[in-house]
Amino acid sequence: MAWTRDRMCARAAKELRDGFYVNLGIGMPTLVANFVPADVHVNLQSENGMLGMGPFPTENEVDADLINAGKQTVSELPESVYFDSAESFAMIRGGHIDLSILGALQVAQNGDLANWMIPGKMVKGMGGAMDLVAGVKRVVVLMDHNAKDGAAKLLKQCTLPLTGQAVVNLVITDLGVFEISGGVMRLAETADGVTADEIRARTEAEFTA
Amino acid sequence: MNKTYADAAAALDGLLHDGMTILAGGFGLCGIPENLILALRESGVGGLTVVSNNCGIDDFGLGLLLQTRQIKKMISSYVGENKLFEKQYLDGELELEFNPQGTLAERIRAGGAGIAAFYTRTGVGTAVAEGKETRDFDGHTHVMETGLRGDLAIVKAWMGDADGNLIYRKTARNFNPPMATAGRTTVAEVEQLVEVGQLDPDRIHTPGVFVNRVFQGATFERRIERRTVRD
Repeated sequence: MAWTRDRMCARAAKELRDGFYVNLGIGMPTLVANFVPADVHVNLQSENGMLGMGPFPTENEVDADLINAGKQTVSELPESVYFDSAESFAMIRGGHIDLSILGALQVAQNGDLANWMIPGKMVKGMGGAMDLVAGVKRVVVLMDHNAKDGAAKLLKQCTLPLTGQAVVNLVITDLGVFEISGGVMRLAETADGVTADEIRARTEAEFTA
Repeated sequence: MNKTYADAAAALDGLLHDGMTILAGGFGLCGIPENLILALRESGVGGLTVVSNNCGIDDFGLGLLLQTRQIKKMISSYVGENKLFEKQYLDGELELEFNPQGTLAERIRAGGAGIAAFYTRTGVGTAVAEGKETRDFDGHTHVMETGLRGDLAIVKAWMGDADGNLIYRKTARNFNPPMATAGRTTVAEVEQLVEVGQLDPDRIHTPGVFVNRVFQGATFERRIERRTVRD
């Protein structure tokens, strides 16, 4: 059985350590905040200018001046701090953020990441992703193992424009967990009942098991 | 010298010309100078290069200036919220320069601080670094990025005083403080304009030296892009 999105997020939450400053990307990575273990306290950084980001607000707390990087309304915590965009990326680029969890279109076996554009089709932009992968101490990708059309997303080499070169440390998909170290990808865990051979059949990248 | 103006149109008087570069604060629709954007639309100034993290949405913020085709080029990090933007870009009507968000913020900070260029690891080995000088520091390749200034910076603050000292509120701060430093002329719209001495000097985010003109906005819609609540 492949992991559900909840199981993927719960697995990603295991990468969090008490006291970490963490940046969660838009989409599924945002949901990892719902799975933080009770004995772990992390401080969430939002690159639009907030540390100590709280959960979505109640109806009464909604404030147009208080949003996350995905432009969603959020709430304040006792430890919250606000700052401008230049200082926010000083934290990110300067190596002061412990962990970034983000989505991907493609990841190569050496840790190359592509997640910001599809030429001729999707024009959205990289936002803060290039800065995050260049500066954050540890980069975890959380993504579906295959694209909607079944195409492999773990590749020998990315075919889409890169977000960063050799920047990914760990990939969590619905089929398993892959560690990338020294330019080599290793299958570290498999989802319940999924075999390495099944994963190989749905993966272009070469990995050791 | 008086820095206060009656409204957005008065605050922009004499500052606009076709083909100019405008830095606009805000992140998504949060903390955008919405009164100044409306006044830019009314002015009809065209051929603009606009530097802003995003480009509003189809019917609010900088998206309004796309509707009227006043923008020739955008320098942004993310434009995914704006269908009109995507269409004008794919149709070749709009130039677009993507900058990584942190590089964009630092280019503006550097521009305002008199730093001509800097080296960063962001974007090395990607399309962003193509054609740019690279140099190794501490065993890592860095790409050179240049400081960025504008003919005009338009920013939005929560409170301001008659000297142009500004205080922002929560995540509406975002790109506003760096942009306020990098305009050859900087115009600030504020929700509350007060007399000099009424703001705590220890709480001011943008010192008035960076601000040339300030006014209290007529209306603030403060539109929310993605209203998300918990039960």
